[in-house]
Amino acid sequence: MTALSLTNLNKSFGPVKVLKDIDLTVEDGEFVVFVGPSGCGKSTLLRVIAGLEDATSGDIEIGGSNVNTTPPAKRGIAMVFQSYALYPHLNVRDNMALALKQEGQTKAEIEKRVAEASRMLSLEPYLDRRPSELSGGQRQRVAIGRAVVREPKLFLFDEPLSNLDAALRMNTRLEIAKLHRQLAASMIYVTHDQTEAMTLADRIVVLRDGRVEQVGTPMELYNNPANRFVAEFLGAPSMNFVPSEKLGGPAGEDVGIRPEHVQIVETAGRLSGTVIHVEQLGGDTNVIVDIGSEAPFTVRLFGQYAVEPGTEVHLGFEDAKTYRFGSDGTRLG
Amino acid sequence: MNKARRNPVNVFAAHAVLIVYTLIALFPVFVIIVNSFKTRKAIFREPLALPGSDSFSMIGYQTVMKQGDFVLYFQNSMIVTVASLFFILLFGAMAAFALSEYRFRGNTLMGLYLALGIMIPIRIGTVAILELMVQTGLVNTLLALILVYTAQGLPLAVFILSEFMRQVSDDLKNAGRIDGLSEYTIFFRLVLPLVRPAMATVAVFNMIPIWNDLWFPLILAPSEGTKTLTLGSQVFIGQFVTDWNAVLSALSLAILPVLVLYVIFSRQLIRGITSGAVK
Repeated sequence: MTALSLTNLNKSFGPVKVLKDIDLTVEDGEFVVFVGPSGCGKSTLLRVIAGLEDATSGDIEIGGSNVNTTPPAKRGIAMVFQSYALYPHLNVRDNMALALKQEGQTKAEIEKRVAEASRMLSLEPYLDRRPSELSGGQRQRVAIGRAVVREPKLFLFDEPLSNLDAALRMNTRLEIAKLHRQLAASMIYVTHDQTEAMTLADRIVVLRDGRVEQVGTPMELYNNPANRFVAEFLGAPSMNFVPSEKLGGPAGEDVGIRPEHVQIVETAGRLSGTVIHVEQLGGDTNVIVDIGSEAPFTVRLFGQYAVEPGTEVHLGFEDAKTYRFGSDGTRLG
Repeated sequence: MNKARRNPVNVFAAHAVLIVYTLIALFPVFVIIVNSFKTRKAIFREPLALPGSDSFSMIGYQTVMKQGDFVLYFQNSMIVTVASLFFILLFGAMAAFALSEYRFRGNTLMGLYLALGIMIPIRIGTVAILELMVQTGLVNTLLALILVYTAQGLPLAVFILSEFMRQVSDDLKNAGRIDGLSEYTIFFRLVLPLVRPAMATVAVFNMIPIWNDLWFPLILAPSEGTKTLTLGSQVFIGQFVTDWNAVLSALSLAILPVLVLYVIFSRQLIRGITSGAVK
């Protein structure tokens, strides 16, 4: 069964078209991540799915039934917000129980579900605290708990990790992945962070300017990007682009090379330039080289290397691991 | 304040300025209260002296209590002020919520229209208001005053509150919607508690002019049963003889309730400011 299907979805604010002809299906139990730069419409798309915004045209089906005119509370969804959005006047228990009370669940059922969710998210010690007495990570867990207790057909996450610090972000990411395995629920997750997208997703939807650029598993998108935008967006450090002419190819084309596919070689290689900066990360080393084109060229070396800025280096790579893009950004080969 | 940055001269100067200002501001109040406890002669002999054993007198308060129905005037003022504040805050907040939360045709225009009242004093329309009240039979009722004051207070209330409501997190309201709360529940349970400091500001701004107003009570509700405190005190001020003891006593009594209301609202104000300061 499909958890969500969008057909020909459009959304405009006044004259501004924010979403353009979105077609998408999410299968039952799938974890789909919407990713794209800020302003690409990914949050708006999520809000349209949630029913917080009306679509200008097109159809939304959740769990097989059309929800175009269904209010958010009746769509069988639950949403986790970036700013947690916990009710400040209620304690953790009541924050989680509120939606169930509104649905008219029995007391015993509410208690059971809250107990289950708080066990899963290790929130038991905090049930009687107010949100203001919790740390950021705890608050986000409560927000996730509030979604879990509703046992929705579809979970919606709106950049849930953006307000957390790096260490906590990693932990919560693992927790969300664990949650997805435990619940086997369909989830849609919006983020601008490509690491979150790559690590969590069953499928990634890359959006740009309100359009779907490419849909696929993380590795499909990484290994076989449909265009220059997707190639550049996924992967950190991002892909290098070199004008074809520099490598003896036709004019007007660019060649994309992932930083990890480049080696520093002794003899004169395909490209050469001056090292302008070195980032030592311990596990790997990023060497940034000025090769005389507009953008600096990044080389990712595994392990620790002592490279001095200012040295001349030669770069080698295999043609099989390069991508060719036309001047309009389309993939040529 | 940081100890290293504390300069004794600056601290002293700041306190001196504040203390001088406090003295100037409180001086009239002090004179009123002190003289309300003195005999008539003592008031004019030494207006600034504290009441002593020979000059102390409760005659003013006795006159006030005997003359007219002062408790009733008090009650009228209280009813009018509290009811007007209640309606100003309720309707003002609701209008502000609609303006800040919903996108509808003419939203900006409606906001401007509602704010227009800030620039036009309501007293310009006194004659029309009086005619209206006569025709609807509301003359000499407290309701007439409550309606006028509510109308007078709404523009500023809508203006201030809609600014504050825009700052309330959208996510919070949306979370409520997804959890199945009605718009009314979202408004009363989620949004209003968060704009409480702004509500207190609006309440304080509106309360004092309403409590002190003489104009509309005199025109719309001058009957014995609907007199407000300010109007009631006027019986002691005559064209030829003014009973100063009684006037000062009445004024002293009139300060009290407004002081109590102010303390209640200003505590809200401070609580709101400090609760937002610490994340």
